[in-house]
Amino acid sequence: MATEPLWEVFIRSRQGLDHKHVGSLHAADAKTAIENARDVYTRRMEGVSIWVVESSQIHSSNPGEASSLFDPANDKIYRHPTFYDLPDELKHM
Amino acid sequence: MPTGKPDDIFTEKIAAEIKIEPKDWMPDDYRKTLIRQISQHAHSEIVGMLPEGNWITRAPSLRRKATLLAKVQDEAGHGLYLYAAAETMGISRDEMDEQLLTGKAKYSSIFNYPTLTWADIGAIGWLVDGAAIMNQVPLCRASYGPYARAMIRICKEESFHQRQGFEILLTLCRGSAAQKAMAQDALNRWWWPSLMMFGPKDDESPHTQKSMNWKIKRFTNDELRQKFVDVCTEQADVLGLTIPDDALKWNEEKKHYDFGEINWDEFWDVVKGNGPCNRERLEARQKAHEGGQWVKDAALAHAQKKKELSLQPA
Repeated sequence: MATEPLWEVFIRSRQGLDHKHVGSLHAADAKTAIENARDVYTRRMEGVSIWVVESSQIHSSNPGEASSLFDPANDKIYRHPTFYDLPDELKHM
Repeated sequence: MPTGKPDDIFTEKIAAEIKIEPKDWMPDDYRKTLIRQISQHAHSEIVGMLPEGNWITRAPSLRRKATLLAKVQDEAGHGLYLYAAAETMGISRDEMDEQLLTGKAKYSSIFNYPTLTWADIGAIGWLVDGAAIMNQVPLCRASYGPYARAMIRICKEESFHQRQGFEILLTLCRGSAAQKAMAQDALNRWWWPSLMMFGPKDDESPHTQKSMNWKIKRFTNDELRQKFVDVCTEQADVLGLTIPDDALKWNEEKKHYDFGEINWDEFWDVVKGNGPCNRERLEARQKAHEGGQWVKDAALAHAQKKKELSLQPA
């Protein structure tokens, strides 16, 4: 017996904000997934826009390799504005 | 920065209150414990719709009907949030459905009691949802990310459930003598099963310590039960109802209410499947599952057909 595929649901809570992952659900197709997402995730006006993506289409980084993946950013503190020595008299910068 | 073995990294994260996420390494036992707990919780939300659904068509006013309908719809949503959280641990929805429908998985025993009068809908909102909230608020801090996030959403929605129940009872208690008696009768029947919702006593709950070490649970069964008794005793006064427990008494030394012994034989009997409605609840779920299968089949067939049509050259 075929099973309805799993979809990840993303919701924009109001105009001007990003869509944010809220959970997942099963549905036969994208249209039904959006309708179900409306009923499951926006019963109290939590959203103004819904994205659904089939879960099998999402690729992610491997948490086991997280340290080697993100480490290179660790020693580049000169990417932050506080790295630079400037006199206190300097205003508006 | 943790660089050791996977189980050391896991333990360090738990200690540092860093959430465990689906693809992180976790001990098998942690995974199994959470799959069991989250799926049982999901099943409870789904079966929990049945006793209340019993009264939707007979709600005494349009206002009551609309709110009860919204509440039952929320329970369905809560079940879905939780099934989705459990699925991130590698169990499929079909497996969980099967476990519920064959009776292999448990759900909260409270839903194996019948809703005999309208006042029962009030008592469920006040006591059953009240006990659920007491249990669930600490679960918003559970160490497994998807579970904690689902619980946050659920807790936000539960508070209306409890208030609508209390309002039903308050209205009955301010009504005729017969209405007040109906409210008292509901409290008499739901009080003890509600206390049982917190599970066995601490010294008979072998998994509690492990779950606390893993920061799935934050309080023991007895701690939560005591908190519930303390809160409800004062709320019963607002209603003018009497909690059916002769031993209920304020203990000045402990700063808590003492209360009587729970009938644990009844508790285990209902867990084992011999409660008043166990069989009826399972049959209702099986009927809904089988009766709704054609809808899923048709939706899938339709989706497949549309896909094939869109692949054909124009």
